[in-house]
Amino acid sequence: MAATVADTKASMAYAEVNYLNEPKGLKSWLLTLDHKRIGLMYFFAIMTMFFLGGIFALLVRLELFTPKQDFFGADTYNKFFTLHGAIMVFLFIIPSIPAALGNIILPLQLGAKDVAFPRLNLASWYVYVTGALFAIYSMVTNAVDTGWTFYAPYSTTTNTAVISMTMAVFILGFSSIFTGLNFLVTIHKLRAPGMTWFKMPLFVWGLYATALIQVLATPVLAITVVLLMLERGLGIGIFDPAMGGDPVLFQHFFWFYSHPAVYIMILPGMAIISELITAFSRKQMFGYKFVGFSSLAIALTGFMVWGHHMFTSGQSELSAVIFSFITFLVGIPSGIKIFNWLATMYRGSITLQTPMLWAFAFLFLFTIGGLTGIFLGAISLDIHLHDTYFVVAHFHYVMMGGTVMALMGGIHYWWPKIWGRMYNEKLARFSVFFVFVGFNVTFFTQFILGTRGMPRRYYQYLEQYQTLHEISTVGSWLLLLGFAIMAFYLIHSIFKGKVAGNNPWGALTLEWTTSSPPPAHNFERQPIAVNGPYDFDKVAAEITYEGTPGFGETVVAKKETTEVKH
Amino acid sequence: MSMNHAAEHPAHLAHHFADTEQQKESAKLGMWFFLLTEVLTFGGLFCAYAVYRAWHPEMFFNAHKELSLMAGTINTIVLITSSLTMALAIRSMQLGDKKQAMMHLALTFLLAATFLVIKYFEYSHKFHEGQLPGRFYTYTGIEGSNPHVFFSIYFAMTGLHGIHVMGGMCLIAWLFFKTKNGAFSPEYYTPIEMTGLFWHLVDLIWIFLFPLFYLIG
Repeated sequence: MAATVADTKASMAYAEVNYLNEPKGLKSWLLTLDHKRIGLMYFFAIMTMFFLGGIFALLVRLELFTPKQDFFGADTYNKFFTLHGAIMVFLFIIPSIPAALGNIILPLQLGAKDVAFPRLNLASWYVYVTGALFAIYSMVTNAVDTGWTFYAPYSTTTNTAVISMTMAVFILGFSSIFTGLNFLVTIHKLRAPGMTWFKMPLFVWGLYATALIQVLATPVLAITVVLLMLERGLGIGIFDPAMGGDPVLFQHFFWFYSHPAVYIMILPGMAIISELITAFSRKQMFGYKFVGFSSLAIALTGFMVWGHHMFTSGQSELSAVIFSFITFLVGIPSGIKIFNWLATMYRGSITLQTPMLWAFAFLFLFTIGGLTGIFLGAISLDIHLHDTYFVVAHFHYVMMGGTVMALMGGIHYWWPKIWGRMYNEKLARFSVFFVFVGFNVTFFTQFILGTRGMPRRYYQYLEQYQTLHEISTVGSWLLLLGFAIMAFYLIHSIFKGKVAGNNPWGALTLEWTTSSPPPAHNFERQPIAVNGPYDFDKVAAEITYEGTPGFGETVVAKKETTEVKH
Repeated sequence: MSMNHAAEHPAHLAHHFADTEQQKESAKLGMWFFLLTEVLTFGGLFCAYAVYRAWHPEMFFNAHKELSLMAGTINTIVLITSSLTMALAIRSMQLGDKKQAMMHLALTFLLAATFLVIKYFEYSHKFHEGQLPGRFYTYTGIEGSNPHVFFSIYFAMTGLHGIHVMGGMCLIAWLFFKTKNGAFSPEYYTPIEMTGLFWHLVDLIWIFLFPLFYLIG
């Protein structure tokens, strides 16, 4: 792309005037219309929720260390796993990549000054915070114990605070819709001159597909939780068989949103991986168009597979077979992505910096998560594995092994752009190591537990499962260690990190052509997209940070003039 | 598309757009996506309606006779007329006639209020008869199983629609005062146009609700 050497050299140092320090003051942050600031505020809010959800996860695992009741009883246990699930799904994973990283990076990658509707963007953050407050209110009063799915009829009869939690979900839905709508319009209308649809970075493609799902699926969840609230408040009887209703209808409504929501969670993660793989292999994306369109294909297919959550609920055999078949179809575009990433790395000049290590962790874990999804999509196997730890392990491999690994990769990749500083590479590698090992220790054991018949959501269990549960719990502590190290060096880098330069990785997308951190309006001059986002064979990018990438070797910044084709 | 010319830009043009055309196109696209989410929200309820109508056809038939066809018909006419006055408000602003635009907005607001007043009388009659949703249902004059489900769906759908009417009225009132203060001109009337789109959707949803509840026998 049109990065000129003069531009880069002029601002090699830390940008003195940037969005972080101009304008100043708390008020300028709380009333900001700058997408980067809003993205950062989202980032802090979301990480707080990750911390909170993580604490509940650790507590749940702690109770499961022995087969007997140790720390708390069944009621508390039910509340803790519900809060863990609800917080992680609705407050952390769904908004994580789009609302935090997407908000910061998407306009930069498009060469735009901001998203299309900056006020709506700020509003979406306040809506998110309001939703979070409702969730916390529900947590401290009489926490929900229904599981994060709020299945009727239990959720209409339990005496816990279901209404405030579903109200939180309802409100958070609006935040999600606002973000998605904003991205769709931004991508359609605010691309820089020269940026055709097929010159857009794949991160943008992924967020486009995600935004479509956010806009098309979230309203159905909104109306579903409204009906659930009406059911609790007025007893309207829509989900109550005693009054002529049907609880399975709730499941249909719920999964019509929540299955596509799985792709709201994973598509942005896949999109980050595309960026990482090309940047650290220094190669054109193999099958760029296929990777872009496969996001849309996953989004589309994702709307037609919700019935696979209900194989055991008594739906007709024919619909089970149809849902099973369509579920298998989702494997095709996902496979396209995986194979194209591998083909991109083939004969690439790969450097193993931290973001790339996260990408490898993603490839390894997400592949396991995806393949075990095929197990569960097969009706006969699902009847056996339904509601066992196998399911728990599967969705953690997809959600955490997939999305969280990608999120961490993205955070490390764009960290120097966001803060203008580098983090400690060595500590970062320790962090990847502990998270990766801890993750597998925690969740691989759960596949085995599941196939041996350990049901999910039980706080006491038979003694023969104890060893595996113990291993799993120790794994959760390794995960904690990994994330604690990360929190330490990331916060440290904000204050003491080395100056990053504009383009520490030598990547070619537009966000690397502006200073780090970028100025308030993103670019000093309107950028023009001349080359494609991954034309490493045509353009030599300027690397402006001499760190220690690879194993101990130093990549010397390329000094030759950037060739710009017209 | 340079920031140096910012001073020459019209006041209503936000800094991150290149020109008025781009800003207007963005607003339109955003509004259409929003309307899509509205359709899907109601879609969930239409789906519930379809399912329960298929399960209890007799009861639905018996229950629908309790609704006032007269009130429903008048309300349909009122709402369609309000869509017309809303469209006329946009046209008046396109022609630069501020006074007429204000008049049309005021008319739209009054028609919307009329709709709600009629709805109020309908609702209070239902409340009085005990034709309430769910566990509050006490009426005994309808044959068939679980007639309260009909009223649950009726109140959920018309209630959500009513909330949209109130939201629309707030927007129209806001537009009235903006127009009065001279915020709009033939060059810039995007908020009126967008509110118009929203108002037509509110009208359109009613046009589906009316036959489904009042007419289909």
